[in-house]
Amino acid sequence: MKVFSFHGGIHPPENKKQSTRAEVRHLATPKTLVIPTQQHLGLAADPVVSVGEKVLKGQMIAEPVGRISASLHAPTSGTVTAIEELPVPHASGLTAECIVIESDGLDQWIDHQAIDYKSIERNELLHRIRQMGIAGMGGAGFPTDVKLNLSSDHIVTTLIINAAECEPYITADDMLMREHASEILEGVKIIQHLLKPIKTLIGIEDNKPNAIRALNEALANTDIDLDLVVVPTKYPSGGERQLIQLLTGVEVPSGKIPADIGIVMQNVGTAQALHRAINHGEPLIQRIVTVTGEAVEHPGNFWALIGTPFSDLLSAADLKPGAMHRLVMGGPMMGVAAETDAIPVIKTTNCLIAATESEMPEAPAAQPCIRCGMCEQACPAQLLPQQLYWFAKGKEFEKAKNHNLFDCIECGACAYVCPSSIPLVQFYRFAKSEIRAEALEQRKADHARERFEARQARLEREAIEKAERRKARAAEAAKAQAERKNQSSSESGNSDTAALKTAAAVARTKLKKAEVALKNAQDKGLDGVDTLQSTVEKLKQTATEAEQALKSSTTASTSNAAPSKSDPKADKPDLKALKQQVSIMRTKLKKAEAAEDKDLNEIKTLKARLEEATQAHTDADHALIELANNAGIDLKQLRIDVAMAKVAVTKAERMISKSDDEKEQETLKTELTSAKSKLAQLETQLKPYE
Amino acid sequence: MSLIRMSSPHVTRSNTSSSVMRLVLLAMIPGILALTLFFGWGTLIQIAVCLISGLAFEALALKLRGLPVSRYLGDYSAAVTALLLAVSIPPSAPFWIGIVGMFVAILFAKQVYGGIGNNPFNPAMVAYALLLISFPVQMTSWNLPYVLSGSDGWSIPALSESLSLIFAGSSQVMDAYTGATPLDILRNRDGFTTEEMWRSNQTLIEGTAAYHALSAAWFMGGIYLIYKKVFTWHTPVSILGTLGLVSAIAYGVDPSNFVDPFNHLTLGATMLAAFFIATDPVSSATSNRGRIVFGIGIGLLIFTIRTWGNYPDAVAFAVLLMNLAAPMIDHYTQPRSYGHKRARFGPKGE
Repeated sequence: MKVFSFHGGIHPPENKKQSTRAEVRHLATPKTLVIPTQQHLGLAADPVVSVGEKVLKGQMIAEPVGRISASLHAPTSGTVTAIEELPVPHASGLTAECIVIESDGLDQWIDHQAIDYKSIERNELLHRIRQMGIAGMGGAGFPTDVKLNLSSDHIVTTLIINAAECEPYITADDMLMREHASEILEGVKIIQHLLKPIKTLIGIEDNKPNAIRALNEALANTDIDLDLVVVPTKYPSGGERQLIQLLTGVEVPSGKIPADIGIVMQNVGTAQALHRAINHGEPLIQRIVTVTGEAVEHPGNFWALIGTPFSDLLSAADLKPGAMHRLVMGGPMMGVAAETDAIPVIKTTNCLIAATESEMPEAPAAQPCIRCGMCEQACPAQLLPQQLYWFAKGKEFEKAKNHNLFDCIECGACAYVCPSSIPLVQFYRFAKSEIRAEALEQRKADHARERFEARQARLEREAIEKAERRKARAAEAAKAQAERKNQSSSESGNSDTAALKTAAAVARTKLKKAEVALKNAQDKGLDGVDTLQSTVEKLKQTATEAEQALKSSTTASTSNAAPSKSDPKADKPDLKALKQQVSIMRTKLKKAEAAEDKDLNEIKTLKARLEEATQAHTDADHALIELANNAGIDLKQLRIDVAMAKVAVTKAERMISKSDDEKEQETLKTELTSAKSKLAQLETQLKPYE
Repeated sequence: MSLIRMSSPHVTRSNTSSSVMRLVLLAMIPGILALTLFFGWGTLIQIAVCLISGLAFEALALKLRGLPVSRYLGDYSAAVTALLLAVSIPPSAPFWIGIVGMFVAILFAKQVYGGIGNNPFNPAMVAYALLLISFPVQMTSWNLPYVLSGSDGWSIPALSESLSLIFAGSSQVMDAYTGATPLDILRNRDGFTTEEMWRSNQTLIEGTAAYHALSAAWFMGGIYLIYKKVFTWHTPVSILGTLGLVSAIAYGVDPSNFVDPFNHLTLGATMLAAFFIATDPVSSATSNRGRIVFGIGIGLLIFTIRTWGNYPDAVAFAVLLMNLAAPMIDHYTQPRSYGHKRARFGPKGE
């Protein structure tokens, strides 16, 4: 089989021999198992057990939520003691929801059986895979049922089984292949059944001769259409895109997934887990974990249950006390340094490196970039790490994005070769997170802007509607007022009509009552029917008379269309009412101006009305003054005199209340009486002009 | 337990920028040996002068900038600049030439821009160009290879003579030892054809062997650096290839008035430039394609300036001009990234 090549790559020291000396050991079931609900990509699983519930080994304890999610199962029988936030293996060091199971030591399996995947429906098989909690075990943890759920007309040209394991130190897949090669192939058969690929390849690095031999032996004994391709050892040949390029010479377009070009990749561990799930009914509850590093006495591989705390694994490998300086989950190139060993093994934990200080010393201080270009030579994604570094450092994120920052797979090859020890990958992670945060801010800002614009439009609409309604109401009121003015020439005429109306109504009711009483009396044969009858006659007469009067008066008033300008009250304008009107208008205007969303139209109308009212008031005032002048009185002077008299009265009263002397009080009292009489006199003079 | 929490990767290759620089110094040894063998003690004295003054100026600059002096001095970049300048200037040049050169190289061509990694021009070449233009007499009185001066065969003069030349500057001794370089001779032919010059001129007949040997020494050092992956083959191959090709075409058209390609490549500072000067990573292009364009430019410029320009050896100017063009070259020679159909071309979006 032809092997292509990919750009760049590095050859770090492999450090794999330490952990492949012995067979894979089974780790004893720990006392407490902590199972995080998020061990896969997508949404966290939802616990279906409650605290205190007894569970059996393999029982589902959390169900998948949404399309991209995986289920979780109890790795051993026991009791659920808690569902709480506990530290989880994540770069952030934060806690997440975990299901804690206290094992009862019985390790009792739930009822489980194999299914014949060839005889069931495709969807049913995928559902079964989902229920068995299978997720990608190469490191990403993508739910397998989603990955294998391609539509039936989606042609898969190549199925690639990733056996490369390119990172130093990790040997989990190597040991799995050495010991369970045939199981892996059975798992591959299941995948082939689902995807129906044209070609199937297993890509393995040439630093694993034992695994290659085991696979070849298994291939000879299994009826499967599969090609084993050995690729030269180079980091990161196990990366999805790099392995695809190695085996097929095809590049996955930026921003797309391999399925878009008809290629699907699965890890050997996932294939083996599929086999155990479908052909044995065992959900994913354990995996091989490499425990290595100079700080452990006996590095090796262990079958560990999901949820096993790291400390159990480290002590099983005989951790030297005080020697561990750095605990890395994963490999040295892309692994995450853990703060504590109290975190649990999850589906994607493939390796633990207990490193001493000399093995993984702290990186030397970063020196200036000498632009040597070694990072570019090493980058498997053919990027310009140098430029990305400059842009990330200078916070020019647009430029970094244009230089394909998001194509970086964060493999660490550039930082590995950098002679100035610049932490390049950290700069790229920083730049990526800044860009993502900016994008989120932008989305929020856009959303807020849309909402604001909608609100503005709504307020405008409402204001317009309000103005229209007010206009309509004003028109109606004006119409009604005009109508009322036209109705009668004099108030008496109006009041007459009202009185007549009431009289008619009263007469009608009285008549009805009387008629009912008469009927009652007639039916029951009571006395006084005659009197009742005469009363009814009389009432009937009154009623008809009243009706007549009303009818004639209404016809008379409607014919009286002349406006009653000659209202006697018009001779004397009601100054007080007009003044009140002015103050009312003023308050209304003030309120409208102080309002939050000023309606300028409303303010304008109010201002106009205020002016009208003020004008009416002034006119009325002038009319009064003129009226007074005609009678020979200076109204202004009279008003002033009245005011002064009032002041004199108040003053006198105050003096009386202040003084203690009786004699003084007497004099003051007489003064008060005279002041009061003067005031009364003036007021009577003013009264007609108020 | 207290565990260190660091971001990946957790291992790194052991080489540092100082180790890269040290390799460059190591690779210059054959050339320096050849210079000493053929031209006397002058080169070593110049190296001493340039090194001391260079390190002093660098320490001064670092102190002024408030940076840790020993850490930045320890990256050997000032030493490399000092050596490059020392082998470029005439071995009997007065001592103050070296000092002025290093002053310019360190302070004006490097530290002012931000120190190591930030200089847009090759510091040694900036110094050389400035010295050449400011002190043309001192910079063009080259030593003759000792195979010519003196009586018969080899005679390397005493150390004391070299010291007196450099520090005391006695002119009689100067005349005995200096003369025009072969490139000088081939340029200023006064109407004679090159074939005639080759036949008649003493320096050309006997002296070019020394220069050829010197170029061979630089070439060996350069190959060693490529083997050690200090830089890639792109820059040297494109410089030598372009120069060789263009001079071959010119020579093929008119052999009487052009220098043949072999001598273009082996006389003057071509080899030194191709392997040690143009490969300075800070001032050259970044991508491999960019380096090829960079090298082609240098090759063309070397030929042009040597044939039609005022100065016999054009390396310094060629390199400086291409340093100027390096950012633009970078814009137009970016590599195609994985998963993309085409490479970015041009500074748009930058």
